[in-house]
Amino acid sequence: MTRITVKVDGSSFTDEVEPRTLLVHYLREQLGKTGTVVGCDTSNCGSCTVHLDGRSVKSCSLFAVQADGHEVTTIEGLAANGQLHPMQQAFHENHALQCGYCTPGMIMQSLDLIADNPDPSEDDVRLGLEGNLCRCTGYQNIVKAVRAAAAAGGAQ
Amino acid sequence: MTTTEARPTAEVGNPRRRKEDARLVTGRTRWTDNIVLPGMLHLAMVRSPFAHARITAIDTEAARAATGVIAVLTGADIADEQGALPNAWAIVPEQKAPVHPSMAVDHVAFAGEIVAMVVARNAAEANDAADLIDVDYEELPPVLDLRQAATDSSLAHPDLGTNVSAVWSFDSASAGTGGDVEAAITAARDGGILIEKEIRQQRLIPAFMEPRSIVVDPTPEQMTVWSSTQVPHFVKIFIALVLGIPESKIRVIAPDVGGGFGGKLQFTPEEVLTVIAARRTGKPCKYSESRSESLMAAHHGRDQWQKLTLAATNDGDVTGLKVELIADMGAYLGLVTSAIPLLGAFMYNGIYKFPSYHLKCTNVFTNKTWTDAYRGAGRPEATFAIERLMDELAAKVGADALAIRERNWIKHEEFPFATVAGLKYDSGNYEAATAKARELFRYDELRAEQLKRRESGDPVQLGIGVSTYTEMCGLAPSRWLGSMGYVGGGWEHASIRMLPTGKVEVITGTSPHGQGHETAWSQIVADRLGVGFDDIEVLHGDTQVAPRGLDTYGSRSLAVGGMAVLAAADRVIEKAKPIAAQLLEANVDDLEFSGGRYGVRGTESGMTMAELAFAVFQGHKLDGSAEGCLDADATLDPEDFSFPHGTHLCAVEVDTETGATSIRSYVSVDDVGVVVNPMIVEGQVHGGLAQGIAQALFEEAVHDESGTLVSGSFVEYLVPSSADLPSFTTARTETPSTTNQLGVKGVGEAGTIASTPAVVNAIVDAVRHLGVSDVPMPCTPYRVWKALQEGAQS
Repeated sequence: MTRITVKVDGSSFTDEVEPRTLLVHYLREQLGKTGTVVGCDTSNCGSCTVHLDGRSVKSCSLFAVQADGHEVTTIEGLAANGQLHPMQQAFHENHALQCGYCTPGMIMQSLDLIADNPDPSEDDVRLGLEGNLCRCTGYQNIVKAVRAAAAAGGAQ
Repeated sequence: MTTTEARPTAEVGNPRRRKEDARLVTGRTRWTDNIVLPGMLHLAMVRSPFAHARITAIDTEAARAATGVIAVLTGADIADEQGALPNAWAIVPEQKAPVHPSMAVDHVAFAGEIVAMVVARNAAEANDAADLIDVDYEELPPVLDLRQAATDSSLAHPDLGTNVSAVWSFDSASAGTGGDVEAAITAARDGGILIEKEIRQQRLIPAFMEPRSIVVDPTPEQMTVWSSTQVPHFVKIFIALVLGIPESKIRVIAPDVGGGFGGKLQFTPEEVLTVIAARRTGKPCKYSESRSESLMAAHHGRDQWQKLTLAATNDGDVTGLKVELIADMGAYLGLVTSAIPLLGAFMYNGIYKFPSYHLKCTNVFTNKTWTDAYRGAGRPEATFAIERLMDELAAKVGADALAIRERNWIKHEEFPFATVAGLKYDSGNYEAATAKARELFRYDELRAEQLKRRESGDPVQLGIGVSTYTEMCGLAPSRWLGSMGYVGGGWEHASIRMLPTGKVEVITGTSPHGQGHETAWSQIVADRLGVGFDDIEVLHGDTQVAPRGLDTYGSRSLAVGGMAVLAAADRVIEKAKPIAAQLLEANVDDLEFSGGRYGVRGTESGMTMAELAFAVFQGHKLDGSAEGCLDADATLDPEDFSFPHGTHLCAVEVDTETGATSIRSYVSVDDVGVVVNPMIVEGQVHGGLAQGIAQALFEEAVHDESGTLVSGSFVEYLVPSSADLPSFTTARTETPSTTNQLGVKGVGEAGTIASTPAVVNAIVDAVRHLGVSDVPMPCTPYRVWKALQEGAQS
């Protein structure tokens, strides 16, 4: 077991973890952050995407010990004071989700994308979300939502 | 029928944003894998690496001794307890099927079949111990090719004595629905057009994003089962039937479910085994599959070989179609495996009115993962066949692909139309949908550009693909299901509870997993009862809350379940009438219901539904002549299927030097009848298109010569990403269905059914002048390039 201290969604946690524990399992099982989900075992689907020190990572491709001393933001850390984050609002307004399983990862990756490129074209969004699979929407409304959030200055 | 854009009411037709989103965009979700119960144990499965083998020994000693392990169970350990998994549809009385154990006892019939399980304190310990289990196998020759399977040269289940499960035929002459197809073929051979074609519908994997997960809490009073399923009501009944637990002691909950597409329309080995583990240990148990397990062991879809013969006159009038198909069941029959080709069998005539039709379907077993419903279930296979044939016919006649279709399709004034396959199409307007698609697509301009590129020998050629489809939706009239050999019914149930504070609970037997029923059902009830959209709560997916229901699949939810909701609302209004009369001291004949209020005709006097609900709650002023309750139930069995349709046009650029294809534009005009929520409908179309395009271009479940699934992860099984797909132009025409009160049809599968042939037709159209008349799916760059090389040689 290894002791780690991680700040997750604004709160600090110190825990003993097995060295082999993936960050996503630490988040879900030890911290109860079940908003972040697991969709594959090959880092292809992006469902588990979170932010590590403000940049998107697939939390299945990191060990929990690698997050020691770092700051993690999950989908559960976005809405504040009962208000949806502009990106969450844009997904809702544009019907960018159906079953919603990929949505947390998709939203976290979208935020990373518009942080890099505040005015992405359709192609920019399509390429920027290439690592996040959705089986329901055909992506069209996701692209629309990301561009709408970008236009509304949703990067912050 | 005429096309109409009428919007009779306020909520129905409104693109309401979804109620479901609040929890889904914030991560406050209820996936089964999120559930943690005190003392909960975790399961890991050991699966056969061989497609076909005998189990000669299993050594579990090391696993049993491993840390955290509570139990290790093999097929032999639970042989007397596990029963057999059901198949619910005997398409012929003499249908053959091997016994389908949840855990193999001595024979494994596909790679991925469960041979042992570990129950441990946590998932990591369960997985570690599973690795310690040593299984000895004696390999047997696997049956992997469906055509070879049909010859019985080698058997997938030696004990069964044959690979053939069933042979089912339809003939229009003997059914009295049309003429003799052989006569049509002879006539075409003598002096018409005869097109013979073989099509391989490749094997696909539904690949819902949420892997399946099950949690079972076994208390003496009740076995509570959470499962990521489309069909909680089925799961409840089958747990009772298979494991002998009284149905009254089982509660099945489908909490948030992350997609299904037919892939979660199943009663699974994993469900049975998790119940067994919980029952044996007396502790809550959880099993969550990995993606690799899901791709290997959750049922697959499609996988047919078709031999098609189309007869036509030289002018392009179709005179008959003969279909011989072999469908791969895989290793076992699941819930409705054997009926999937049947659901297509009635649709090979598509939107056309040709006079003769014959189909012979042979269902065979192989040593692969068993197949079952996948979005469209039989209808994509049929639609692909007829729409590819219509393009080939157009090419033979030298006519435009749309013109040849129009020549053969059912005209809008001919509905209702009795088809050669024996169905009655309720309504449609193929002319209107096609005209709209043609305009949005700029069909004539693209044809002109295509010609130009052909003439200039441009290395990048342009192809235009047409798909005019229809499908049978709204599964299904119970009488029809019974006549076809299905053990269940096709009705749906709804309840409405009028709460004292004016709020309304709607309980539906449908079980949504992304379709937005909470929103759409609220819209229906808001209009009917005249209550606010936000005052309505829709409850579903829990057999204790919604005890009656037949769940969500086959584009049935709105046309059957939504109509049950409407019928329940009408009963509430009916029940409220005598109560309103008492309270308003009026004659029932003087009451009228409008805008959520019973008013006394010609006066200002009246009561809203909320006021009535509160008065009923108090009961103070009721005289006992009418039951003091507004709540109502309704069970609705659909009168008939509904038949959505549409015209899809796809432009594809093909690089003739590399075989690379790129969809330049895609227009879909769908007519799904009256629309409750156009935003949700558009979303369903988008997702459907993506899955149909994925079959055309990307996806295939590939096995190697030993029967191992090569495409066993998302590295190889190519679910398209955002970068692989274009934006779509979608539009609608609206021809109300005549088989239900609201005139709705169903949209869940339409996009998937229509888009695959549109894309492949476009690819072939781009390179037909280079000698190509077909490209097998998925049309990868290599396959397109190869077809071009072969075309150049011929």
